Amino acid sequence: MEDKLIVRGIEFKSRLWVGTGKYKDFEETAKAVEASGADVVTVAVRRVNITDRKSENLLDYIDPKKYKILPNTAGCYNVEDALRYSRLAREAGVSDMIKLEVIGDERTLFPDTIGLLKATEELAKEGFIVFPYTNDDPIMAKRLENAGAAAVMPLGAPIGSGLGIRNPFNIKIIIEAAKVPVLVDAGVGTASDAAIAMELGCDAVLINTAIADAKDPIAMAEAMKYAVLAGRLSFKAGRMGKKLYATASSPFDGMI
Amino acid sequence: MKIKVNGEAYETEQHTLSGLLEEMKVRSERVAVEVNLKVIKRADVADYRINEGDVIEVVNFVGGGDGR
Repeated sequence: MEDKLIVRGIEFKSRLWVGTGKYKDFEETAKAVEASGADVVTVAVRRVNITDRKSENLLDYIDPKKYKILPNTAGCYNVEDALRYSRLAREAGVSDMIKLEVIGDERTLFPDTIGLLKATEELAKEGFIVFPYTNDDPIMAKRLENAGAAAVMPLGAPIGSGLGIRNPFNIKIIIEAAKVPVLVDAGVGTASDAAIAMELGCDAVLINTAIADAKDPIAMAEAMKYAVLAGRLSFKAGRMGKKLYATASSPFDGMI
Repeated sequence: MKIKVNGEAYETEQHTLSGLLEEMKVRSERVAVEVNLKVIKRADVADYRINEGDVIEVVNFVGGGDGR
């Protein structure tokens, strides 16, 4: 049976979702996205530069017919801004999907979960498919789910920190309790981190900086693709139990 | 007619959003528009009338992951 991620009836080809920030240029972005095998790419909503009109646009490189565009509300520090950006994103895009961020603090970029909950509630009422970026807090994840979130996206570590999955036990608890998909968003630094997230049972991971800031972003994008696949397969296969002492894996029978 | 677009003073003879976007060489299918803090539905952009003093925001998608 195929192991596809489905959220609100939308079928996703890959369990690796990627961001499009921090790349050298659009060409590198496109190559990395391609190498990652992702079909969801996140984008930010910003003013069009009307005084210096460049002919090139991100969507000239990332074909919205080929990829699912997931706009975020990055840079929003209160509920009003997050709602405003979400509504604009819906009109600029082709879907009701929104990666909702209500940032609480510039230094850590940790989410303001109280604002996040309010914004999730409102946007869900307006028919958005809300993917809230939240803390690794199982209670808040449940609150977001109850408020109408289509999935929850707990952080593994601060955005852009590359520190990996700092609290795997909380992520595990979130996954066990959740009735909606759980995607780790932020914190993955290298391929093994992505595999760990998937082995915990996450439905997908979202990665930007770990790919864009790698020495070779395109190679790292490919590494992440395999890490997510391996982690998922490993989760589905079910790992062996941990034991304190050795257990021989060769038979006694036939020894001389 | 004097309006404000993306925080800058702007002068135009256009009377509709689609006319304004065309004048600014902005591809309307790739942007979202807000007039006086009201998000304009995609289907309404073409005929939406603009007036003296309107404060207009024109946004599009750029590269981004999280934060900032």
